[in-house]
Amino acid sequence: MADLGRAALLLTLGLSLYALVGGGVAAALGRRRLALSARNALYASFFSTLVASAVLVAGFVRDDFSLAYVAGHSSRELPLQYKFSAFWGGQEGSLLLWLLVLTAYASLAVWFARKRARDLVVWVTPVLAGITVAFTWLLVAVSSPFDTIAAPLDGNGLNPSLQNPYMVIHPVFLYLGYVGLAVPFAFAMGSLLSGRTDERWIVATRRWTIVAWTALGIGQLLGAHWAYEEVGWGGYYAWDPVENAALMPWLVATAYLHSVMIQEKRGMLRIWNVTLVGLAFCLSLFGTFLTRSGIVSSIHSFTQSGIGPWFLGFVVAAVVFTVTMIWLRLPQLRTKARLESLVSREAAFLYNNLLLVALCLTILWGTAWPIVSEAIRGEAVVVGRPYYDFFLRIFGLPLLLLMGIGPLIAWRRASLRGLARVFAWPVGIALATGALLIALGAGSSIPGLIAYTFAAFVLATIVLEFARGTAARRALTGESVPVAFGQLVGRNRRRYGGYVVHASIVLLAIGVAGSSAYDSVAEGRLVRGESLSVADYTVTYRALTEREGANATEIRAVLDVRRGDDELGTVRAGKNAYSAEQQVSNEVGIRSDLVTGEDLFVIAEQVREDGAVFFRVFVKPLVNLIWLAGLVFLLGSLITLWPDAREERRLATRYARAGDAADRPAT
Amino acid sequence: MTVWLALGAALAVAVVVVVALPFLREPAPASDALHELDPRERELLDAQETRDRALAALKELEADHRAARISDEDYRAVIGVVRRDAADALRRLDEMEAGARTPGAKSG
Repeated sequence: MADLGRAALLLTLGLSLYALVGGGVAAALGRRRLALSARNALYASFFSTLVASAVLVAGFVRDDFSLAYVAGHSSRELPLQYKFSAFWGGQEGSLLLWLLVLTAYASLAVWFARKRARDLVVWVTPVLAGITVAFTWLLVAVSSPFDTIAAPLDGNGLNPSLQNPYMVIHPVFLYLGYVGLAVPFAFAMGSLLSGRTDERWIVATRRWTIVAWTALGIGQLLGAHWAYEEVGWGGYYAWDPVENAALMPWLVATAYLHSVMIQEKRGMLRIWNVTLVGLAFCLSLFGTFLTRSGIVSSIHSFTQSGIGPWFLGFVVAAVVFTVTMIWLRLPQLRTKARLESLVSREAAFLYNNLLLVALCLTILWGTAWPIVSEAIRGEAVVVGRPYYDFFLRIFGLPLLLLMGIGPLIAWRRASLRGLARVFAWPVGIALATGALLIALGAGSSIPGLIAYTFAAFVLATIVLEFARGTAARRALTGESVPVAFGQLVGRNRRRYGGYVVHASIVLLAIGVAGSSAYDSVAEGRLVRGESLSVADYTVTYRALTEREGANATEIRAVLDVRRGDDELGTVRAGKNAYSAEQQVSNEVGIRSDLVTGEDLFVIAEQVREDGAVFFRVFVKPLVNLIWLAGLVFLLGSLITLWPDAREERRLATRYARAGDAADRPAT
Repeated sequence: MTVWLALGAALAVAVVVVVALPFLREPAPASDALHELDPRERELLDAQETRDRALAALKELEADHRAARISDEDYRAVIGVVRRDAADALRRLDEMEAGARTPGAKSG
């Protein structure tokens, strides 16, 4: 079976090399059949990669330990769902997942754009093929998942931290995000290579960019929830290098999704937009380099290997290629339109972009500092949480405020008097919220207070936006409120989907501020019957249980929970001892209050033989808003992504001539 | 092992056929050159993008004003420029299309 896997990967390498060289020659010399053939090779590379992936999945399901990768990441007792997720539990499988997602994205993006931007696709094909060649080369020549060994009786098992439901889907979403950024990159570079710097590359990649950005956002939240439940330190985001690696391209992609609107509305920022797209893709490569090279220590990095230099080479090649292409096409990218006023929607979006990129670069600097300091001083110095928290407040709070301001300012220019009238209500609501919070004692954290006040301002603007839009539509059409509301959202999906996404970011900000600025913690060693108090909760250690699970011994301390006079049931926290893996994992106990959004979070740090347990107990106000934000974020993204038939017809008309022209042979 | 290798070989043959398909379908085409947009077609595309941008800006400004997102004062300051842009874009496109209908007008 390994032979089929290896053969399929060799085919992917051959196909992508052909698509790169043949596609490049076809584009440069204008050869129609060769261009079509190269595109077919790109499609076929997806199917050969799919075959290789199916072989690896079959190896896990059949416990084929003659495959070294399967033996190293699975065992006979491993539950079936984790045998599937063990696919990406190590480096070789992760790279194969990268390649599978990449070839799927490449095939679909090229397929959908083949009519509307056919002359552009001719140049996009070799760019996507070039990225595919790089990853396939690693899998064929450097780090193959199909290396064979004399089959042992059982495998080494899967890292216990990865035996969590979130780890079944978190990496898939993350890779859908990372890899998806290759699509706008390839179209932007294709546009520059072909010299066709019109808007077609933006139109062709609009949905792909939002899909990738959404997947990356959801992937990060799933990862945060995994860390919250599985790592057992009481938090969900630790500014770990691998976490930062996913955040950075997401921030840049967020900046791009805003700045591209300025290009679409005003024809400005063409250079900036291709730069952002290039930066986002290079950062996604850099993130994979950080995760896979083992160059920085991380709780999320499960492998260390020698592929780091290869990845570094890819990052450098991508940066050099991007900078060169932008430099060569500068004259075509320059536009006549200028920023007319510093108080306008495009200016607000520009401030948003500068803050997002500044935040990204400070995170990049902090993440890379251990590497830089080791190179300079011979000693790796790790940047701590205060550094990141400081810049998150400096750049994040103004960003939060701008989320409320940007959508309500007029394009081109706006007067201060007009703004005062439009923002009167939101400002009033924000100030009232701030005053109320101070009265309730929330002034203990100034950043938290500011975040809540700004959040109230943004939420007020969003609610007013929906209300004003619905009222205006009712006045125009006489529709009922639900119909007017539905039509308003349905006919302006990008705008109102965007507002829903903004609402999710506000929820996220409230959840982060609440759980980090206003949390409580208590710890102590308890014997049975003893209690510990934290905030207004009291937990009493009742019993210690032990049972044999599917592939681990599960030890749990059972605690009664009370708040005031209310008995709130029990919470169980403990450890799992995995036999095949010879490892122990923390299994935290969480009691969520869905009304207040608060969590009681219990860690059983040490379980002694005499039955005494050292507990650490947190109360995390509003933390569940973070997970709710994920659902709202997904809803907003889906609204934005939902096809708009009228918009499609308009674009079809606009590009009919260009598509038809490029489709037919030259005469 | 033989079965898997045979499957691998079958896969290789299948993808080679897929890749060769454009040549198999058209072994001797009248022309194998890719059609490039000529300068007039590119200009037309640019004019259409400009028109769509201008009309979208006008539509959005009217909707924002109607929903009281934008004050009367700001609306009055911008509406003239936006209308002029839209009119210019429509006029440019009309001229180009009229030119295209004139015999011998196509360039490139």
